[in-house]
Amino acid sequence: MHRPALTFAVAGAIIGGVVSAANAATEIHWWHAHGGALGERVNEIAENFNASQSDYTLVATYKGSYAETMTAGIAAFRAGKQPQILQVFDVGTATMMGAKGAIVPVQDLMAKAGVPFDPNAYLPAVAGYYTAPDGKMLSMPFNSSTPVLYSNVEAFEKAGLDPNDPPKTWPEVGEAAKKIVAAGYPCGFSTAWQSWIQLENFSAWHNVPFGTEENGFAGTNTVFEFNSPLHVKHIQQLADWQKDKIFVYGGRRNLGNAKFISGECGMYTESSAGYASFKAGAKFDFVTSDLPYWPDVPGAPQNTIIGGSSLWVMAGHSDEQYKGVAEFFRFLSLPMVQSYWHANTGYVPITKAAYDLMVKLKFYEDNPGRDIPILELSMNPPPTANSKGLRFGNFVQVRGIIYEELEAIWAGDKTAQQGLDAAVERGNAELRKFEKTQQ
Amino acid sequence: MEKRVVFRHPVLPFLLVAPQIAITLIFFMWPASQALYQSVLREDAFGLNTEFVWLENFGDLFRDPQYLNSLHVTAVFSISVAVSALAVALYLAVQADRVIHGATAYKTLLIWPYAVAPAVAGVLWLFLFNPNLGIIVYALNTLGYRWNHALDGEQAMALVIISAAWKQISYNFLFFLAGMQAIPKSLIEAAAIDGAGPARRFWTIVFPLLTPTTFFLIVINVVYAFFDTFGIIHQVTEGGPAGATNILVYKVYHDGFLGLDLGGSAAQSVVLMTIVIALTVVQFRYIERKVHY
Repeated sequence: MHRPALTFAVAGAIIGGVVSAANAATEIHWWHAHGGALGERVNEIAENFNASQSDYTLVATYKGSYAETMTAGIAAFRAGKQPQILQVFDVGTATMMGAKGAIVPVQDLMAKAGVPFDPNAYLPAVAGYYTAPDGKMLSMPFNSSTPVLYSNVEAFEKAGLDPNDPPKTWPEVGEAAKKIVAAGYPCGFSTAWQSWIQLENFSAWHNVPFGTEENGFAGTNTVFEFNSPLHVKHIQQLADWQKDKIFVYGGRRNLGNAKFISGECGMYTESSAGYASFKAGAKFDFVTSDLPYWPDVPGAPQNTIIGGSSLWVMAGHSDEQYKGVAEFFRFLSLPMVQSYWHANTGYVPITKAAYDLMVKLKFYEDNPGRDIPILELSMNPPPTANSKGLRFGNFVQVRGIIYEELEAIWAGDKTAQQGLDAAVERGNAELRKFEKTQQ
Repeated sequence: MEKRVVFRHPVLPFLLVAPQIAITLIFFMWPASQALYQSVLREDAFGLNTEFVWLENFGDLFRDPQYLNSLHVTAVFSISVAVSALAVALYLAVQADRVIHGATAYKTLLIWPYAVAPAVAGVLWLFLFNPNLGIIVYALNTLGYRWNHALDGEQAMALVIISAAWKQISYNFLFFLAGMQAIPKSLIEAAAIDGAGPARRFWTIVFPLLTPTTFFLIVINVVYAFFDTFGIIHQVTEGGPAGATNILVYKVYHDGFLGLDLGGSAAQSVVLMTIVIALTVVQFRYIERKVHY
């Protein structure tokens, strides 16, 4: 049966659909690893970007933990369904850098899209981590943090210590912890991220190598060196301190945060990014200060290195989509956006302009201690070969190995020398495996 | 006397079996063949740089002390879980069989844990045994025993064995109970008249007649302990501390998905598959002979 009105209506709808599709904003997908409060901040950034222009729509998707997000991105790439932007954590940097066919270096992306980009606008300690040996910036730093010392003000007062003068050196930490334990606390201090803080950052802070070849920056034929006498002395001291509960092991990653928030431990070394959850959860005041160091080491303290993650651009998309990514990166680098991200989280601002803006707004006067991470990262510029950062392949595996060996040391099954030697040997095997896949 | 079902239509049997075959092909054969293929390759995470390396991945595996540790841990774990789950379930089934008042209530409650997902079961026991907050830890502390499974490998192993066995007890209980219902009461009464006590009656009559059920459950429990306990390990210990609970299936996940070593992980999968097939074949060959049907 012939129905002209219906035919015209359907044709009109189809044509209208085609026309509107052609005018629709280009979609850009961003896979990230921030849940909870941080996830809300990420969503706010995405919404603000979408509201600021109408050519591109940024879709931010939470994919799970850092490891899960990276694995999802890799699996998607193998299936041809990769997102435009993938957030990859610091330990995955070497793997991403080695995957030349899978990524587009950020510097190239910005140049091709015609968006102005100046690597010198970024804090050297942050940008250097994600820069290739030839000086090209490969990924866009997003959330960078560095370890600080948190001190429980209430515990300090009970122990007769001055909370405005937290311990600066490891011997002072030991003394303070003893007094805190004597005041009735079940734990003097604990740590999160034992590999990142007590070995990796420990090396940079004391200007000693964690591995050869400039911590892996200069080549894949690197070997680990974190079983040096200084490292062994430090780890053995922590292990011995367990006896009197001066140091108590809190668990892997940042599972030990509960020990500090609950008031069990008087001091705690953790990422500056822990600030948000401590502020929300702790029923006591706390202060932040520099990471402690051994005073008898020449050149200490040098500077700390970052942890966190950066945004990588995946290959295989259209020029239009890449232009959208470039516009988003330009938006992300604006001082206003950086300041918002920095003020609401414990992450550091990645551009000098953003830091200057925070100083002008008197943010650090109103919030004392919030500038400690930035000052730690930019102490004694420029960073040395030992304090630029780390670049090791298969580093997720290596971290797991380090956790296992450190746990054997904390349990008293091995001495620090034995545990660190074993970790170095097993870690080197992983480095050789990675080296073979890069040939 | 053998009963045979005869289909008149020649193609119908194949059509009826086809869905199951399709599922086996897609969800087992295809991934297994992928694993076999990947186990002889060495590649980077993105698959951009692939190299055929014959059996090098397998060689690396058996030279790796961590892998040998994992084999040992898996053996201890599987045997402990299977034995404890079967023994406790058998005991509960025997007791539940004798109950008259409120029998249904006991049976229902004893079956509930089976409905709990492995990861959730892991989290439940993690809370009970949390070194800072757990109730059981509090009770142990009053007895003077310090519990910290994040540091002590044996305690971690005990915790995952308890969590894994707890879940499986319900399943075993159900089958044992059903198996016991099938034993003719006349046999037991005859033995009682002849003067056999309850223990004697159990070991000489009930237990031998339960062997088909026990055999079936041993196979199921071993496969469960090897594979379905992944959720518990992942939630409770993540293979730690220091590899004390790093069972084979968890190591496959850790090396493949976190370590991005696809060749090594695939080789581990192949070895794991071979082990379980071998175990099942052994069970069917040797233990089935002892089963009284």
